[in-house]
Amino acid sequence: MAEVLVYVDHVDGAVRKPTLELLTLARRIGEPVAVALGAGAADTAAVLGAHGAVKVLTHDASEYADYLVVPKVDALQAAVEAVSPAAVLVPSSAEGKEIAARLALRIGSGIITDAVDLEAGDTGPVATQSVFAASFTTKSRVSQGTPVITVKPNSAAVEAAPATPAVSELSVAFSAQATGTKVTGRTPRESTGRPELTEAAIVVSGGRGVNGSENFAIIEALADSLGAAVGASRAAVDAGWYPHTNQVGQTGKSVSPQLYIANGISGAIQHRAGMQTSKTIVAVNKDAEAPIFDLVDYGVVGDLFDVVPALTQEINTRKG
Amino acid sequence: MSLRIVVTVKYVPDATGDRHFADDLTVDRDDVDGLLSELDEYAVEQALQIAEAADDADVTVVTVGPEDAKDALRKALSMGADKAVHVEDDDLHGTDALGTSLVLAKAVEKAGYDLVISGMASTDGTMGVVPALLAERLGVPQVTLLSEVTVEGGIVKGRRDGDSATEQLEASLPAVVSVTDQSGEARYPSFKGIMAAKKKPVEAWDLSDLDLEAGQVGLEGSYTTVDSAAERPARTAGTIVKDEGEGGKQLAEFLASQKFI
Repeated sequence: MAEVLVYVDHVDGAVRKPTLELLTLARRIGEPVAVALGAGAADTAAVLGAHGAVKVLTHDASEYADYLVVPKVDALQAAVEAVSPAAVLVPSSAEGKEIAARLALRIGSGIITDAVDLEAGDTGPVATQSVFAASFTTKSRVSQGTPVITVKPNSAAVEAAPATPAVSELSVAFSAQATGTKVTGRTPRESTGRPELTEAAIVVSGGRGVNGSENFAIIEALADSLGAAVGASRAAVDAGWYPHTNQVGQTGKSVSPQLYIANGISGAIQHRAGMQTSKTIVAVNKDAEAPIFDLVDYGVVGDLFDVVPALTQEINTRKG
Repeated sequence: MSLRIVVTVKYVPDATGDRHFADDLTVDRDDVDGLLSELDEYAVEQALQIAEAADDADVTVVTVGPEDAKDALRKALSMGADKAVHVEDDDLHGTDALGTSLVLAKAVEKAGYDLVISGMASTDGTMGVVPALLAERLGVPQVTLLSEVTVEGGIVKGRRDGDSATEQLEASLPAVVSVTDQSGEARYPSFKGIMAAKKKPVEAWDLSDLDLEAGQVGLEGSYTTVDSAAERPARTAGTIVKDEGEGGKQLAEFLASQKFI
């Protein structure tokens, strides 16, 4: 059976959920072979095996942390040469897309980014993409070389598929470009204790209507009652009320959770581009004419300062 | 010595318009007005700031696109760029990201550069891969997705806000940089800038000027095939209630009915 390379996104050995989703998708095309790089790479094998990886290729070197992107491209290229896979799957993070693009160019292959679904086809994997602010759905294939495809978080349910992976060390020779861009400092993001925005099953967002950074506390309280991540519209981020890393939209993050709750967000096209594929959409807004109401499954026309705390309290009461 | 900055920009269909696909499943560019991709305005802005801080620098904007793409160049020139290059050729129709990076790499090399600056992504394709591809093709460092950027003494430094950490980056020129919308508000063209832009040179290059052949680009040279494009069905109208004191409870009821609580 054909092997499919899966690039593993992990932090010190802790595998992030989008990688486990990729293993599920990879099994539709062939047998997943995972590639884990950097500190803690070997520690990923157990969880990768539990999700269907038949092989895990690991490599650790200081280059992965000390230089930007290219060392990882070198390693993935080495893995492609070692395995001759039917496809290469990479999580659709900003870095994942850059790694995938450079790899595709090197191995003479086409690249598809931000797939939201993946199926085996007669001539290789067929990727579904959601484009033009999610107003169109396309199906595409890579027509030359080994398909390199990046997949958005929440594109597949994580499925357990116990395998006992053969773990081996990948042999990597770094290219001349590998040390071109030096990482001279790194400040890890402080953990909020909330789920990662792009991976969360529920996202609670605030926009212009939240009217001040101090008021984001009520958005956070609602998020915490649901175990959700907090998002913000560009208006709220540009006003300095919430960090850019939490921005949902065309220039921020694209999210596709089970439930999206937009509070005080009008629903401009740029915001819709980042959340329109959410499964269930709920909005609270004072303005009955706000375009966000065209998208909702359930909407409340009202003041978020009344509705959101009442909702939070009701949820907390029900949870007992 | 002069610092040669090249900014790559894209002419895109207005996102607030009704964007569609043409019969050949490429982006329909006739149906919607185009403009300079908003995210590229940040690249032009940073190029101008870096040029202003340097002793001697010039800023060239390059675009690959149809006749109308000149509008994107004019906008960048009116912001303050010195000159422009328009790569236009009928055979470019349907070029994918890999092909675009090939054309841009050839154009940037022909123009001559110490620093290439791009936006983080286009607002139509939104792939965000062209800067990395350009760096790979040119064989120079990629210093991408910067929210802050400075150039001094032949070194580019910047800040990259990633998912799990903020990184400080550093590379020697020549290099390819991309900047995010957090890098600083783009300036509006002044009346003087708009008038001056009309007199600035715009060079026109085609594929032969870049030693490229038709089969390397366009739909023919594309490494990917789009099989279908379907408009997403309109969402069924949801329930909308007016809050008369019970809005929060009603919403909780809905969430419970959907098993979210």
